[in-house]
Amino acid sequence: MITYLLKYYDQMLMLLLEHLYLVCLSMLISLLVAIPIGLFLSRSKWLSAAALSFFGVVYSIPSLALFSFLIPAFGLGKMTAIAVLVIYNQYILVRNTVAGFQSIDASIIEAGYGMGLSAKYMFLKIQLPLALPIILGGIRIATVSTIGIATIAAVIHAGGLGVLLFDGLRMNYLPKIFWGTILSSLLAYLTNHIFLSFETKAIEKARGECRGDEV
Amino acid sequence: MARTAIEFRNVSKQYANTSQYAVAGVNMRISEGSFITILGTSGSGKTTLLKMVNRIYEATSGEILYFGEHIHNLNLEEYRRKIGYVIQQVGLFPHMTVEENIGTIPQLLKWDTDTIAKRVDALLELVCLSPLDFKKRYPRQLSGGQQQRVGLARAMAADPGIMLMDEPFGAIDAITRQNLQEELIRIQRKLNKTILFVTHDVNEAFKLGEKVVIMHEGTIQQFDTPYGIITKPANGYVARLIETQDIVQRLKVLKAQSVMLPVDPQLSDCAFRVGTEESLHNILTYFLENDQKHVLVEDNRRGIVGKITWEQLKGSTRQGKVLSA
Ligand SMILES: Nc1ncnc2c1ncn2[C@@H]1O[C@H](COP(=O)(O)OP(=O)(O)O)[C@@H](O)[C@H]1O
Ligand SMILES: [Mg+2]
Repeated sequence: MITYLLKYYDQMLMLLLEHLYLVCLSMLISLLVAIPIGLFLSRSKWLSAAALSFFGVVYSIPSLALFSFLIPAFGLGKMTAIAVLVIYNQYILVRNTVAGFQSIDASIIEAGYGMGLSAKYMFLKIQLPLALPIILGGIRIATVSTIGIATIAAVIHAGGLGVLLFDGLRMNYLPKIFWGTILSSLLAYLTNHIFLSFETKAIEKARGECRGDEV
Repeated sequence: MARTAIEFRNVSKQYANTSQYAVAGVNMRISEGSFITILGTSGSGKTTLLKMVNRIYEATSGEILYFGEHIHNLNLEEYRRKIGYVIQQVGLFPHMTVEENIGTIPQLLKWDTDTIAKRVDALLELVCLSPLDFKKRYPRQLSGGQQQRVGLARAMAADPGIMLMDEPFGAIDAITRQNLQEELIRIQRKLNKTILFVTHDVNEAFKLGEKVVIMHEGTIQQFDTPYGIITKPANGYVARLIETQDIVQRLKVLKAQSVMLPVDPQLSDCAFRVGTEESLHNILTYFLENDQKHVLVEDNRRGIVGKITWEQLKGSTRQGKVLSA
């Protein structure tokens, strides 16, 4: 095991970076799509329920099936992988964005508009900070699951840590499987941890529990 | 003559998917500097009427004027910043300190930090909260009454001439509510704000309002002083509404100046003197405890301005009405 690591660490590092690239890019695109959708849907209970059940159905499609649906459109490689990851993420991200904005007490919104705050100010200074803990929770779960699903993307030649796993399986070569598993689990574990600490900070901020400000 | 701050011209409101008007054909002028309470049972349209003023709701028909200008011609955000808005649930921003909450609008108006800090301190003192103690607290570290005080301070931050208040003390315990009512009266006298105050509590409406608007099923039943309403209810509905108040409560809300009889200051004797704001309840208590038959009403500036006699109050208790002077 260790000898494999010593011999191929540069190659493994490349795969890890490639994996990170896949995850980061698809998370970025997912957020750019999901946050505006979520904000829009949060205005209507009826609309958000309908949209979420749609995303829920999409979310339940097995990932290999979804990959093969999209190969005709985007071909083999990273494009298809990212498209699939973005589609999967919508369910969790939109759901949590909607829940985050809907969790804000209506009287806070009414008081804000009533005192003459603009929609932009309300969004940036009031609604976003208050919805952030729940949105961050969604981002955390989505990122961790993206790290997992992205390993399957190796099947369609998108690269990443999945290459180690699938090569190992095909050649029945244990060190590859071992390191592929370790690296992707470790990545998921660390990501979860980092996002949890952001989330805790956001919760303290939203509830008015910032310790630094106490005199 | 005070200017008209807010004028309603045939204002009606019908919500989508409802068959009834929530507010129907309201005409009313609110003079600058007056304290008006809007009284009615739940569902009578008080909130709807109030929230059309700052355009939280839009009127279906009719016009609302702010110092003679159609409110639709005014920039919405600038207009709202000239109107203090206080609601029952307060709606403080939970992630901001008391100081930041109160300073929100001054900050947007680009006041400098020093001026804002001074303003926050002054406002906290005005609502009887010690700035040192409370400035850095977050809303969740405040009691209900304290939260509403901060809500009031926040609404007054940019010194609006008009305040809209929707049952602001409705969720607060009776004793704290009494205090807040008295503080609000004091603040209004001091700053001469125009206040529109919604309540379903008859006592609160009569205690606070110089004039009371009585609403029922979206229409105004009567718009008059507490004294005018008690002595001359406009219709059966108003009469029944104020009947729910017992005689003692009624005497508590009526002030000496509303019933006093004219008196010749030269002939004034050394009878007991009361202020123009003294409640008839206290005067009646004085009569009973001291076996007296009349008191003189004294104004700080003008001296003796009237008298109140035992006969007047006796009449009021017998008939269930205070006789008009
Ligand atoms: N957002 C709304 N949508 C539909 N109907 C409403 C809405 N708000 C109030 N109403 C109706 O309008 C009427 C007046 O309500 P409201 O102004 O809230 O009365 P009040 O404040 O006196 O209790 C009631 O019949 C109420 O059900
Ligand atoms: Mg109401």
